[in-house]
Amino acid sequence: MSTDNERLTIPKPLAKQAGDLDDRFHAAKGVRTLLRKVFPDHWTFLLGEIALYSFIILILTGIFLTLFFQPSMSEVVYHGSYTKLDGVRMSQAYQSTLNISFDVRGGLLMRQIHHWAADVFLAAILCHLLRIFFTGAYRKPRETNWLIGIAMFTLGIFEGFLGYSMPDDLLSGTGVRIAEGVLLGIPVVGTYLSFFLFGGQFPGTEFVVRFYIIHVLLIPGLLLALVSAHLFLMVHQKHTQMPGKGRTNANVVGQPMYPYFMVKTGAFFFFVFGVLALLATFAQINPVWEVGPYTPTAISAGSQPDFYMGFLEGSLRMFPSWTWDIGGHTIAWDVLIPALVVPGLIFTALGIWPFLESWATGDKSYHHVNQRPRNAPTRTAIGMAGITIYGILWLEGANDLIADHFQIPLYTTTEIARWAIFIGPVIAFWATRRICFGLQRRDASMLSHGVETGIIQQLPNGAFVELERPLTEAEVAEIAAPPPAPTLAITAREVDDNGLPEPALRGARGKLQARVHEIFAEGISLAPPTNGHGNGHGNGHAAVDGGSERAAVGGAGTPQVEDGDATGDGE
Amino acid sequence: MSDNDRDLEGTPAERQPPHRVIGTPPPAPGILTDPERGDGEDGRKGTTPYGPGEAEAPELAELPAENPNPVSAKNWERVAAALFIISALASVAFIAAYVGLEIGGDTKGNVVVATMRSNMGLGSAMALAFLAIGIGMVIWVRNIMPPVELAEERHPMASPDEDRKAFAETIIEGAEASQITKRPLLRRTLIAATLPAALAPLVILRGLGPQPGGNLRTTVWKKGTRLLVYGTNQPITPADFDSPGGMITVVPEGYQENDEALTKATAIIIKMEPGQLQIPTRYNDGADGARTLLNSMNWTVDNIVAYSKICTHLGCPAALYEQTTQRILCPCHQSTFQANQGATVIFGPAPRPLPQLPITTNAQGYLVAQSDFQEPVGPSFWERG
Repeated sequence: MSTDNERLTIPKPLAKQAGDLDDRFHAAKGVRTLLRKVFPDHWTFLLGEIALYSFIILILTGIFLTLFFQPSMSEVVYHGSYTKLDGVRMSQAYQSTLNISFDVRGGLLMRQIHHWAADVFLAAILCHLLRIFFTGAYRKPRETNWLIGIAMFTLGIFEGFLGYSMPDDLLSGTGVRIAEGVLLGIPVVGTYLSFFLFGGQFPGTEFVVRFYIIHVLLIPGLLLALVSAHLFLMVHQKHTQMPGKGRTNANVVGQPMYPYFMVKTGAFFFFVFGVLALLATFAQINPVWEVGPYTPTAISAGSQPDFYMGFLEGSLRMFPSWTWDIGGHTIAWDVLIPALVVPGLIFTALGIWPFLESWATGDKSYHHVNQRPRNAPTRTAIGMAGITIYGILWLEGANDLIADHFQIPLYTTTEIARWAIFIGPVIAFWATRRICFGLQRRDASMLSHGVETGIIQQLPNGAFVELERPLTEAEVAEIAAPPPAPTLAITAREVDDNGLPEPALRGARGKLQARVHEIFAEGISLAPPTNGHGNGHGNGHAAVDGGSERAAVGGAGTPQVEDGDATGDGE
Repeated sequence: MSDNDRDLEGTPAERQPPHRVIGTPPPAPGILTDPERGDGEDGRKGTTPYGPGEAEAPELAELPAENPNPVSAKNWERVAAALFIISALASVAFIAAYVGLEIGGDTKGNVVVATMRSNMGLGSAMALAFLAIGIGMVIWVRNIMPPVELAEERHPMASPDEDRKAFAETIIEGAEASQITKRPLLRRTLIAATLPAALAPLVILRGLGPQPGGNLRTTVWKKGTRLLVYGTNQPITPADFDSPGGMITVVPEGYQENDEALTKATAIIIKMEPGQLQIPTRYNDGADGARTLLNSMNWTVDNIVAYSKICTHLGCPAALYEQTTQRILCPCHQSTFQANQGATVIFGPAPRPLPQLPITTNAQGYLVAQSDFQEPVGPSFWERG
């Protein structure tokens, strides 16, 4: 860094190169704007970056592994370095995995980084997805990017499954066998799908090489295209920002791409790589030599898939044995529902959510400033209910370990899960909404009364009072939110001169929409105060008093502040 | 409110008078018009407010050339430099570990220990190299670069009306010029041409595998096939299997190394205490009225019963046997079968009992199959019936 205040001059060779490039690409203006593109900052914005960098690391380590892995199911008898398996019949795929681990220097490290990166990739996607969901960052105009994200999540799960299936070890082979069982269960075409995928009777001699080409070419190609589209849209539509001082729907506040964001994100790439290297060094993952090669006759106890398959495993474990035998055909509900319908519903629900919410709230406007989860209580509650469902499925996928560690009878864990899958989400929904309202009330109280400082002052008349400090402008900006949701222009209870509701809200569907809208709109107005105290208006509980939340909504432009009166609730 | 307005198109600005919390300073000049920013207490970001007036940034703001706190920046520069040097040394250590730590055939000692040593050396050097460079870069951007925070204007995503109109006109013009709307013959034959073409990819994938046929209905067990103990591949007599409560995995003789055969044919034999075995006689009434015997005490020998090892849920080997309760547990999804009562399902998702393999002894006294299983083994499939 120069010590004087004069700007640097661009070195001549660099200037010439830049000139040559611009001569050919007309890039000066566009690239300059891009270099100054502003990226907002929040720790949760790093989750997507973790996923991106894990993906890049997966490609890098994956290329290394392809140089040594032999995707072949030809049978060999092992006589390699790992003497415990000497003389054992195995596939070339398994043998080459052993060789990568024991005979290629750095091979085990690359294998373990690759496997850890896959787990971190999907974990980061999952967390990123939850962040997007709970802050409402998928709202208009970003619905497309949400869908691209769901697609990448789905592809990532398939990609991970194919990847850990390829070593052809006992554990993964059992997973493939389960997948084959699921295929067989599909009505009408199931057996054909299975025979075509495996080139005949399972396990056959084909699936590793078929999985391989899908794993290293087809799905990575699709993912790469989707990642590009995801990033392009993010840049084109500009990143959302968290509420805060100076941050509006019309701007984006943060640091410029060059040099700030570039260095930050570059540093983050090294962080992710460094942490993955740490994990691969100190946390062993998938020691395939311990379980031995796949054979259909044996199984290792305590079989667990990678974490992202856990919810499917739990779903299969939880479901009762329902099967129909009709007219010489078997319909295996015990396979179809848990393995196909349940994940289908989960991903469909994720996919349609932005549109469902927009329908429910009537909100068709643009949103570039994220919401704090408490300020969208119904969405947050639905999200928590979803997490509860997924979490119970996931825990049930490890119920044998839970039963073992906590000394609970095995079947009891499943019985509990069968009840919890229905009761849990209801409790989660209800409790989350209540917590959100409580947090809103606290925010409203801070906006109207300020923050308790903990300083007690004695007044001249002898009374003691606690000093309160008004919120700073920055604090107000972070807390204050617009009223619950931009609303349907009309609601069911508003009637025209003839006593009829608006045409759009007549009939069963309209009434349903109005009712759902009311549930979504319930909340407390958190407009910043005009003066030191709010006016303590209303209680904002639409469920009992259908008018009050509309009063709060109507107060969008007027500085009404809910009082946060702990007694004033009609819940 | 005015500086936190996120309802861009809905609320006119004049409906929102600027509010200010009493006791706080009025909004300071915005960053985009004021290059001498960083006027907060510590010169850090987030101290400069922006009013709505600054949202229209006509020109890119100039970045500061110097950190407002040169002493601190100088100190952090030393820290970052030290980290970069550590990173470089760690990378050298990585190369040294690659060259120096032998694995596999090169090593004399325990191959697993050598591999772990190599992994430890390479991995920790790599982690240190990357983490040090990452931390150094973060220090660089946070503590050495001058703090800035910029506001960039968002442009409406929607195009102006005239652009949209022009776009629509272009589409219409193109459609008209292409004649596709005016010439139904052209249009319909084109659609007719693409439909069969879309089938081609499906047809060409037919070659991926054979048709299933009746493959899933039968296994390689035949009358007289000897049961070999899995692992040793030795035939077994009832006298050899003299430990009641034990379970042994058996495979059909001649197919010990045939994975396709074993996927269906692998079986277990269990020896019960005398009197424990209570196999119900169970039939399957076929659609054609034919009755097939599925379970029978006559298929056991000397309190030894044989079942398919392939779980009827999704085909995992049902490998765990609990002697005290005579239950077979599949570790995959915990389907549980009552072994002494025809392997009926008592818990879990499996829809059917494990098929019973009819066994007897041959002239030499070895356990042999009386026949194949009397029903398809393993998971449900559409044609199972």
